[in-house]
Amino acid sequence: MSALLEVRHLVKEFRQSRLFGASVVTRAVDDISFEIQQGETFGLVGESGCGKTTTGRCILRLIEPTSGQVRFKGRDLAPLSANEMRLARRDLQIVFQDPYSSLNPRMRVGAIVEEPLVIFREGTKVERARRVAELFELVGLDPTQATKYPHEFSGGQRQRIGLARALALNPSLVIADEPVSALDVSVQAQVVNLLLDLQTRLGLTYLFIAHDLRLVRQICTRVAVMYRGRIVELGDAEAVFTAPTHPYTVALLSAVPKINPGDRVARVVFDAESCVPVPLREVRPGHFAAI
Amino acid sequence: MPDAPLLAVQHLRTVFPLHTGGDTAAVADVSFTLDRGRTLGLVGESGSGKSVTALSLIRLVQPPGRIAAGQIQFDGQDLMTLDEPAMRAIRGRRIGFVFQEPMVALNPVFTIGQQIAETLTVHGLARGAAARKKVVEWLAAVRMPNPAQRADAYPHQLSGGLRQRAMIALALCAEPSLVIADEPTTALDVTVQAEILDLLRELRREFGLALLLITHDLGVVAEMADHVAVMYGGRIVEYGPVQTVFAGAAHPYTQGLLACLPTLHTTARLQAIPGTVPSLGQFPAGCGFATRCPHRFALCDTTPPPDIRCGEAHVAACYLHQEPAS
Repeated sequence: MSALLEVRHLVKEFRQSRLFGASVVTRAVDDISFEIQQGETFGLVGESGCGKTTTGRCILRLIEPTSGQVRFKGRDLAPLSANEMRLARRDLQIVFQDPYSSLNPRMRVGAIVEEPLVIFREGTKVERARRVAELFELVGLDPTQATKYPHEFSGGQRQRIGLARALALNPSLVIADEPVSALDVSVQAQVVNLLLDLQTRLGLTYLFIAHDLRLVRQICTRVAVMYRGRIVELGDAEAVFTAPTHPYTVALLSAVPKINPGDRVARVVFDAESCVPVPLREVRPGHFAAI
Repeated sequence: MPDAPLLAVQHLRTVFPLHTGGDTAAVADVSFTLDRGRTLGLVGESGSGKSVTALSLIRLVQPPGRIAAGQIQFDGQDLMTLDEPAMRAIRGRRIGFVFQEPMVALNPVFTIGQQIAETLTVHGLARGAAARKKVVEWLAAVRMPNPAQRADAYPHQLSGGLRQRAMIALALCAEPSLVIADEPTTALDVTVQAEILDLLRELRREFGLALLLITHDLGVVAEMADHVAVMYGGRIVEYGPVQTVFAGAAHPYTQGLLACLPTLHTTARLQAIPGTVPSLGQFPAGCGFATRCPHRFALCDTTPPPDIRCGEAHVAACYLHQEPAS
């Protein structure tokens, strides 16, 4: 079976020009490769600045990658024209972290959810209204609230609206970039459960980008741990969390605060200087580490 | 009185006026004590009143908000009766403060050395070359690499973790007996958070500090605090020793919070708390949690439950724990 999404040797460099002297090049994403199978939840986890968000945006070509391949349903996205890419994004949607800045404050939420349908000229006005109502119900919102503005909703409800918009065109892959990190814990669980329910009902595939390892453990089937633009460990969530192999993964897991005293482990400090970037190798079947 | 708690808060109520007239209480009725050298974790979600509680303790609530009622006893003094100059002699000197976002809390146009020296000078602890020497000592105490050079750095020249270390040096330099830390690690990455928590632990031991740790992260509280106070809707709904509360939460809100928190072992579906935290002024008249509570009954809607003892030093504001009337 071929993968739904294949990322091969993806590189993104940002060039910062200086007023005097040579410009500085930062490799935000440094030669990463992974595949996502239909129906799975693939977690991309790491600390701020590791390149996880840039990776998500490069896949959608919201940022143009410097080099590398992104194949979606077997088709290379890199050579597509802007217009072809726009059409391809029907099937590849994104949910953003901040439910406050990602919804246009001057549009009614019904119009926000309808907008993708309008852009792709889906259905008549009546059919679109029916679809919007359906989407509201799908994400657990009351369709009669569609005439309200974003500021009238709480953070969790706004994230549901963002999700309804992402699902309007029946995408097969949803890139969720820190979808619950701006929410209170009691609301986080609601949105996470909704993401899981929608996956079951609609057969969605998720690329889940997050810094919270506890959350990634809970919902992802496979994970890739990123550090300084590279993937340092990749494998089944179960394997990576119970038998972390790369020293950075070990350090990261040891740093997570634990409620249960029995779960606490001595903190391991990762020495970045001693870590020479090496390619991933298979340490156990399906479990790769850059050691 | 060596046995008196360092900090005792009684029936604190802090209100903000509504534009429609009347007041709304961000802190409705909060009482707790903190002993010398101990750590109390104040946990709650946004809007629970935990940060307003902290600001009330040092009387820094922004007008038109005001403390409407309550007593704050700190080290034998009633802070509510002090005038502003006397309060200023306490803030930064005897009560240190660590804020969530050091980039906002530190002054961007002064070096961190200047800011620490200013605190020392204002409180009459050191000046000139002696202050400079102390600055470097304090930066070394918070494990700042190259403290003598870093003293001349501006906040923007430091990473988030180093900035928070500078903030902690600033909070500790006047050797306070109490430090209030409001979400000190929330803006940091998990590995940097672990370093800062380690540092706070070491400094606490070294200087015999009492720490009031305000956070939304139950994991941080479990690892750092002796006691925990869980806030919801401007009230403490549960209080007790950390291990007792986390092993056997008595209030349905605490139970709900623990159930909806993923751990490194969870793969099952989480039990979400239904609904959302009401906005300020929208809390129900009786128990603030009643509208989201699975055990709600008639009494919950009418009268806020009192603190009910449910174990050794463990109280919960919930009628479920009331002994049946005999």
